[in-house]
Amino acid sequence: MTRSKSPAHEPESESEARRPTGATGMRLIVPLQGVVQGRGGLILGSLIPCALFYFFQLYLKRHRSPKPDSNPTSPSQSSSNLADLQRSSSRSNLSSRGSFGPVRVSSRASSIAKPNDSPYYIGLDKVSEDPYDRVHNPNGIIQLGLSENRLCFDLIEKWLLENMKDSVIGTEGGDLSISGIAPYQPCDGLMELKVAMAGFMSQVVGRSVSFDPSQMVLTSGATPALEILSFCLADPGNAFLVPTPYYPGFDRDMRWRTGVELIPVHCRSTDNFILSITALDQAFNQTRKRGIKVRGILISNPANPAGNLLPRETLYNLLDFAREKNIHIVCDEIFAGSMYGSEEFVSMAEIIDTEDFDKNRVHIVYGLSKDLSLPGFRVGVIYSFNESVLVAARKLTRFSSISAPTQRLLISMLSDMRFTQAYIEINKKRIREMHDLFVAGLKKLGIKCAKSCAGLYCWVDMSGLICSYSEKGELELWDKLLNIAKINVTPGSACHCIEPGWFRCCFTTLSREDIAIVIERIGKVAETCKISS
Amino acid sequence: MSIEIEQPSVGLSKVAVSETHGEDSPYFAGWKAYDENPYHELNNPSGVIQMGLAENQVSFDLLEDFLETHPEASSWGKGVSSFRENALFQDYHGLPSFRKAMASFMEQIRGGRAKFDPERVVLTAGATAANELLTFILADPGDALLVPTPYYPGFDRDLRWRTGVKIVPIHCDSSNNFQITPQALEAAFNEAEAMNIKVRGVLITNPSNPLGATIQRSVLEEILDFVTRKNIHLVSDEIYSGSVFSSSEFISIAEILEARQYKDSERVHIVYSLSKDLGLPGFRVGTIYSYNDKVVTTARRMSSFTLISSQTQHLLACMLSNKEFTENYIQINRERLRKRYDMIIEGLRSAGIECLKGNAGLFCWMNLSPLLEKPTREGELTLWNSMLHEVRLNISPGSSCHISEPGWFRVCFANMSEQTLEIALKRIHDFMEQRKRDI
Repeated sequence: MTRSKSPAHEPESESEARRPTGATGMRLIVPLQGVVQGRGGLILGSLIPCALFYFFQLYLKRHRSPKPDSNPTSPSQSSSNLADLQRSSSRSNLSSRGSFGPVRVSSRASSIAKPNDSPYYIGLDKVSEDPYDRVHNPNGIIQLGLSENRLCFDLIEKWLLENMKDSVIGTEGGDLSISGIAPYQPCDGLMELKVAMAGFMSQVVGRSVSFDPSQMVLTSGATPALEILSFCLADPGNAFLVPTPYYPGFDRDMRWRTGVELIPVHCRSTDNFILSITALDQAFNQTRKRGIKVRGILISNPANPAGNLLPRETLYNLLDFAREKNIHIVCDEIFAGSMYGSEEFVSMAEIIDTEDFDKNRVHIVYGLSKDLSLPGFRVGVIYSFNESVLVAARKLTRFSSISAPTQRLLISMLSDMRFTQAYIEINKKRIREMHDLFVAGLKKLGIKCAKSCAGLYCWVDMSGLICSYSEKGELELWDKLLNIAKINVTPGSACHCIEPGWFRCCFTTLSREDIAIVIERIGKVAETCKISS
Repeated sequence: MSIEIEQPSVGLSKVAVSETHGEDSPYFAGWKAYDENPYHELNNPSGVIQMGLAENQVSFDLLEDFLETHPEASSWGKGVSSFRENALFQDYHGLPSFRKAMASFMEQIRGGRAKFDPERVVLTAGATAANELLTFILADPGDALLVPTPYYPGFDRDLRWRTGVKIVPIHCDSSNNFQITPQALEAAFNEAEAMNIKVRGVLITNPSNPLGATIQRSVLEEILDFVTRKNIHLVSDEIYSGSVFSSSEFISIAEILEARQYKDSERVHIVYSLSKDLGLPGFRVGTIYSYNDKVVTTARRMSSFTLISSQTQHLLACMLSNKEFTENYIQINRERLRKRYDMIIEGLRSAGIECLKGNAGLFCWMNLSPLLEKPTREGELTLWNSMLHEVRLNISPGSSCHISEPGWFRVCFANMSEQTLEIALKRIHDFMEQRKRDI
């Protein structure tokens, strides 16, 4: 599930702080220019105001309140209660004694502990306080901010009904009894699950690639898979280049405990948000100039939130670039099976297979949270071609292993290839239906979406509805959508998108009837925006 | 003719190439020997018997009985929504019913002598993850935790590898049965200071691994006073709390805090897991119980990297909220472990080997120092090698537990059947007889 957050932390207050400054500055400069016009006019007239302006900005910079660090993101439907957090922090301060004050936590922890003031959390909290329910709470807030897929549970439930007695824990003895799954297992996953997963991944990409189980490391979700790779490929202070807009969770997964930086490489709507190698090269050089070592590129393919696929050519170019700069590529393919368009998904694994590339620099991340709708079971994959990385990653999975009963259940499920094949097909079909319905509804309101063909969401262009073409304007619209239209969507600024007005709207948690209601609500807000603009 | 241009190989991080995972120590080398030649009653009766793995296999039948009579634990019931809700549930707060069951289970283990609030329970995929997570939260890279020796060899990796935190040992020795003294605490703290290292906390394991003994009340009080004086944290890894042979002999730090009305409690954090007491290490279930709100919040968020499968949470919530089952399990498990312990102690004694007096855990702490050719680490490793290759028993040498006195070994007894244990004891007996004859 994706989480988003606002990167600028307090965008409104900052831009507001800046504007009055500018105005005050100008009022000082203009009379000054008049004064100096008489003597040494041009030079003094330009130098002095510049100097004054510079010192004024410096003064302001020093006295601006410190930015909170990137906020952590909650994967929850019931996120932490902000009010409670404040209260209990002060309580612990009261109870501590001694002249030292309360016992200290690490600086890593301090930044993570700060209360979440990101709009994304406000959105999640609001939804959990007032969740929409067709019958019991028809005026509640409809959730379009979580990329979860609820369309195909009936298929899994049917499978469970037919296969339950063979899966998980039986009492027939042997592998299925508790003595089979209770003891210590290899921390990077049972070989049987790796084999089953390799088969599933191959089905997902349409059998264009076969995956080797011995190159696989299984983790408790894609979240730790990314973190483990970050720990293995980069030292604290190093950086990864990441095309924007990107999944806000990367800020947590790749950076929190690793000390690694993420450098955004901005993509534009004119390119349909597809990465340009020129932009990548620029970002690489700029980062190097700042004295920061770039260790790799992190891409999502299919993209989140933009929902597009990287064309074959771009993948080749990326590999060439990585080889030229001698860096890694981490490719998050978690939405590979959640396709709704007609385009063909090309996995990085396929590119590597067909060409004689230096495979040591390529690492793929996958998981069952999206394509199989099982985020709660915590199943992720690192698929790497680099033996040293596999060796280190294997050891690191002791901190993030998949629970044995879940492994057993999935071995059964994924090995049933008839089931998985049917599931993959029907899933795509249902995602497509919802997508088409949603996009058609938006079209009627005059709202366009980016051209996309994968993911559980649309990347919607609502720039026409925002009052000022800025992050502030975008967040104002987000607020209206949340509190007036009562739908929770993810603003592009939370995904580091450089163009304001884009929103990610997940539609796979909705029913067909819900979509109609969502469109109607957006319509009402759209009307008010048009009137006021 | 084309010239081969060698491409520079792409680099890895320091973490990836470091040796801090510690997997080259004898502790892990013994496992390799076992993997290559594992004992099997029928297929390989002369193979290596694994006595280096602290796993609890004595009470599986109780778990199996429960699961058979409570099928709702391993399935999701008839309700349409229950499977999908569970499958979607990835909230780092954890399943409320499971947190509640875990808190009440921890209370039961302590005979109701301490209360646990489900709101303070943070779930992790195993105690391994819990210990690492706490280290990330309590200390910065370059800081240190004080850990009494001998200690579980896995700490070198769990507390240090990715965190960049150091371990400074609190030296304990056999003169007082390896108890932690205030002098040893001060000495360790000063040693760290002398090296310009900031100490952030003390980490104790109670009951102790590898000693197999509980820490006395007076010692716990002293440790708590020490950490309060220095304004640092105390982590109490109580993973073996349910494996104490007699309930009354285990004092949890939670009881000490309750007696003090929770004054200074915000520096205390307890680690627990179901891997030892319930014999379910494969399930990956650990917990941090912290009296510090900031630590609870931060640990929750950080647990995103190490969540427990919602399927497993659901299963265990069913099991652990069944008070009848848990009371019965705790009692019977204790009994069986005590019986095993008595069996191995008796067997070793009749072979002329003494152990530290223990009252908990899945292992005993054996003194083979009289057998050492030289009273050195090398002497100990030589003996360990004989045990491994001649006697064909994988036991853990004290040196991998960072003990300063050579000759002590940890021997596990709960990860095998009684028959296998008897065979192991016979091999030791024969080994000792042989040595007597050789002298």
